[in-house]
Amino acid sequence: MDYSRILTLWEMSGFVGLFQHWETPVMLVIACVLLYLAIVKKFEPLLLVGIAFGMLLANLPFSDLMHMELFRGDPASVDYMAILHKGGLLDILYLGVKLGIYPCLIFMGVGAMTDFGPLMARPSSLILGAAAQLGVYAAFLLALFLGFMPNEAASIGIIGGADGPTAIFLTTKLAPHLLGPIAIAAYSYMALIPLIQPPIMMALTTKTERNVVMKQDRAVSRSTRIVFPIAVTIAIVLILPAVAPLIGCLMLGNLFRECGVTARLSDTTQNALMNIVTIFLATTVGATSIGFLPGESGQNVGFLSLETVKIIILGLLAFSFSTVGGVIFGKIMYRITGGKVNPLIGSAGVSAVPMAARVSQLVGQRANPSNFLLMHAMGPNVAGVIGSAVAAGFLLSMFGR
Amino acid sequence: MGNINFESLLISIIGFSIVFLVLIILWAIIAVLRIVLERTGETAVAAPATAPTQDPGMVPAKGSLGEIKLYDVPDRIAALIMAIVADEMKAPLNELRFISIRKKK
Repeated sequence: MDYSRILTLWEMSGFVGLFQHWETPVMLVIACVLLYLAIVKKFEPLLLVGIAFGMLLANLPFSDLMHMELFRGDPASVDYMAILHKGGLLDILYLGVKLGIYPCLIFMGVGAMTDFGPLMARPSSLILGAAAQLGVYAAFLLALFLGFMPNEAASIGIIGGADGPTAIFLTTKLAPHLLGPIAIAAYSYMALIPLIQPPIMMALTTKTERNVVMKQDRAVSRSTRIVFPIAVTIAIVLILPAVAPLIGCLMLGNLFRECGVTARLSDTTQNALMNIVTIFLATTVGATSIGFLPGESGQNVGFLSLETVKIIILGLLAFSFSTVGGVIFGKIMYRITGGKVNPLIGSAGVSAVPMAARVSQLVGQRANPSNFLLMHAMGPNVAGVIGSAVAAGFLLSMFGR
Repeated sequence: MGNINFESLLISIIGFSIVFLVLIILWAIIAVLRIVLERTGETAVAAPATAPTQDPGMVPAKGSLGEIKLYDVPDRIAALIMAIVADEMKAPLNELRFISIRKKK
């Protein structure tokens, strides 16, 4: 019997590569833990299942699905023909991330799913959406303090915007080598918002403030709803052209929803397109998290590094600072309006639609069971989506090549 | 340790201010839209309220003890409102009687 063939079969199997680097089995365990959190604990399952499975596929030895080395270096110097010739399935799909296509399409879906009515009914909510971007700039400074380069610090800071597509969009432009840990941190903390925000909200507000019952917002006419996305696009893109892809797609999706003559397009954007892009985006972003990735001088520049730990910690701080910013401005509005605004809706300014608004509702109802803050919190919540896109546009203008 | 300097602090302050500035501009845009567009819109939606019994949007719906009259309220929203009220009152829905649910103009 020719044992050499059996030996060849063994050498071709993934088992040989499994323990070449300790990072590989650790990454497989992390992927399985994330799958557990997504499936059993239901932490952002629509995204986390794809991210975790992408991570699993990319870390299985010799799977040849993802070759991060093909994407290394300056985005302008990437050899796209080489990717098409040598790349695996995930390399090809990853082009949509690399070229900033998927985050914009996701934003179109978000726009089609978002009702800006509560924001238009109470436009002062926009201030709360702006205040809740505090974490972006706080984390930016902290990242600089920890030794990150300014472009990397800007990408880390945007985690505080609590908006996954925006974080991915900015990171692919400014620090593509950090995409894996930043995306994981952004989406993980978005899932953990019900745990992160309530203690901060409770600590910063008094029982009297939490008890405030807000009056019903006024109705918004159909014509206002139609003109709003058009006017917002013109205004924001004139001020910050760098954010045109994100805001343009967000508002196009919203126009599909509101204009009343594109019901089919709105339906496709909200459902089919959104789901397809989510699959591609989540799987390929997860696949960028490769445990061992040799750098140019042979050192590990993969997911399991000290930088990842720093990013995870900074992401948590960014979320916390953003919550603090929103609640503090909520308290200011409470004072200015003579107690008509419940400061708890300020925390919803951290994007993360609609999770953050639900948290405002839950904490408010704990203080006063007959209080319904959900619709009031949706205003700051959707303002946060616009606010984080504006913050990303500013950082891109400052640090983009 | 770190790369913090005066320039990075300035970038943070300007960046945060720009977010506020842009969103305040949006506030102004919404205010202008309200003035320009909703003047005519308000008269259009306020008209049916003067004659509720003639309201063409009135739809009888079942779901409580007796019939409910819905004025410009979709069934789904009405069901939500009834469920919330029942939950608040700690009473079974079929023991509560809702007379009508009207959209506030």
